[in-house]
Amino acid sequence: MTAMAPAILPPGAGVFARLSDLFWRRPSVLLAVLLGPPLLWLGVIYLGSLIALLAQSFFSIDEFSGLIQYEWTLKTYGELLRPSNLDIILRTVVMAASVTIAAAIVAFPIAYYAARYARGRWKALFYLGIMLPLWSSYLVKVYAWKLILAKEGILNWLFAKLHLTWALDAFLAIPLIGGNSLSVTYTGTFLVFLYVWLPFMILPVQAALERVPVSLLEASADQGAEPRQTFRHVILPLALPGVVAGSIFTFSLTLGDYIIPQIIGSSRLFIGQAVYAHQGTAGNIPLAAAFTVVPIVIMGFYLWGAKRMGAFDAL
Amino acid sequence: MQTAVLFSNVSRHYGEVRAVDGVDLEVGEGEFFAMLGPSGSGKTTSLRLIAGFEQPTSGHIEIFGETAEGVPPYRRNVNTVFQDYALFPHMSVRDNVAYGLMIKGMGKAERHRAAEEALELVRLPGYGDRPPSALSGGQRQRVALARAIVNKPKVLLLDEPLGALDLKLREQMQDELKSLQQTLGITFIFVTHDQGEALSMADRIAVFNHGRIQQIGAPEEIYQRPQSRFVADFVGSSNILEPAVAERLTGQKGWASLRPEAIRIGETAGKPATVVSHSYTGAMNRVVLDVEGTRLTAIVPAQVSVPAAGASTTAAWNPDAPHFMEGEG
Repeated sequence: MTAMAPAILPPGAGVFARLSDLFWRRPSVLLAVLLGPPLLWLGVIYLGSLIALLAQSFFSIDEFSGLIQYEWTLKTYGELLRPSNLDIILRTVVMAASVTIAAAIVAFPIAYYAARYARGRWKALFYLGIMLPLWSSYLVKVYAWKLILAKEGILNWLFAKLHLTWALDAFLAIPLIGGNSLSVTYTGTFLVFLYVWLPFMILPVQAALERVPVSLLEASADQGAEPRQTFRHVILPLALPGVVAGSIFTFSLTLGDYIIPQIIGSSRLFIGQAVYAHQGTAGNIPLAAAFTVVPIVIMGFYLWGAKRMGAFDAL
Repeated sequence: MQTAVLFSNVSRHYGEVRAVDGVDLEVGEGEFFAMLGPSGSGKTTSLRLIAGFEQPTSGHIEIFGETAEGVPPYRRNVNTVFQDYALFPHMSVRDNVAYGLMIKGMGKAERHRAAEEALELVRLPGYGDRPPSALSGGQRQRVALARAIVNKPKVLLLDEPLGALDLKLREQMQDELKSLQQTLGITFIFVTHDQGEALSMADRIAVFNHGRIQQIGAPEEIYQRPQSRFVADFVGSSNILEPAVAERLTGQKGWASLRPEAIRIGETAGKPATVVSHSYTGAMNRVVLDVEGTRLTAIVPAQVSVPAAGASTTAAWNPDAPHFMEGEG
């Protein structure tokens, strides 16, 4: 009979073997090693600078000297409430809400198809199709849209070819959403926002729908529910966390963006542009900081409302 | 007796795969009908054809005399208890049970009362406020059952309803399902791969294999007079005797099935046999014998003493015990 292996093997040699043993005996050490760097990054550097920024919003600027006065005051927030600044906030929030609602409506069928029907190669194609635009530069896409929407652009050309120029003109004649050409209207800004943020809505909705077993839809039909009732009572409530997750992206990204409205749209400012302008040449850091607080507060209310509506109950 | 469900020459093909292949079936009203077979035998597809989740490739299905092809599931007065229960995770137990009634437009108070009654029927009174996730597997199974029966369907379909439960609970639920069916008088059609379940619960059993029905009959008939080797082997265990072996052991040529419990050991009049092995299963001893060069399995009561492995004994059975099957089976 050959020599038997011992019941307990000797401890491994080398630093990695000893490290493995240590991690096995003390999982909390492993956890600390894994979570330490990201927590340091998120907690200290990211949150820290955010707090420093917010602190700025409680300072004020001396209107004559243009110097920042380091005294706690709510004066800067008072400036936020000026009609011109309130306009900026309102404009941005309405735009963010419209983009979010439109994104949810456009994304849902795509996400539903991908989750329910696409298999194998089609699924891969779906992911590629959704992700591909994210690989190219954001600026390139925005300028491409500028060309599409411009007066000499492909869209105008297409409308002319279809003898529908009158329809486009009629649309552009509508006050507020109309204008000289699509590329200088709110409609243009809206379309580009919708295009650029759409993947951020599709992916979470698709992930949520993916987790809804087919048997639940069958059970609903089995109970006598027509497809629209199944949608209303089963699919939508179960997909809601995904829609909310997606809307957090589309809503907050639109609230904070300053490039798209600058390139495409009327010259009226959005929050992001206001922040950019105040912290730059104007040197009014306190007001810029106060403007950045606005999206944070709005998102806070939004999440609180979503939670109260039960959007996260199905998680 | 009225016919509840009728299949005439029904097939369901997926490309080359014939999930259901030319099935004829008639289930009477108020019957407790079992579809028994191994996985992939077409029993679940047949059930889904009745529920309306699948449409037949060819053939004709009737439910209470009405054509079912082309009728969506939500227009069929048939309810299903799903294998995975399929309870809505975002609804309380009460709302789950009352779902079908809510869809039909019944008022809140009324449907909640009906849901509570159904929960009482499955012995879960007062569980309405809980979420399904707070229930055990057996309790979820009961909720799924309550959700199905609350609609008072014409036919209740059960897809491996007890498959996920442990043995003790399964036996208890078998009794409860049986008595529930008698109380309600609804036609029950249930799919199972567990022959014991089918034998103990069903009025009639259809044994499926390869998309076809091998045999339909009462449990005793299926068990004692299997028409094919497949049925003999799948329903209970059996000693299948090849024609030559059957001739040597019984004097009659042909494929035969000899049930293990029909074999007695140690009687003076039996054929000489050698004990190959034996195992103790509680109430019974399972003994593998070598009888004239053929391996036979016998199941004898535990109080019968079994000789040690390798020892000689005898094997005997009544002359009518071997059941001869048609053809190749």
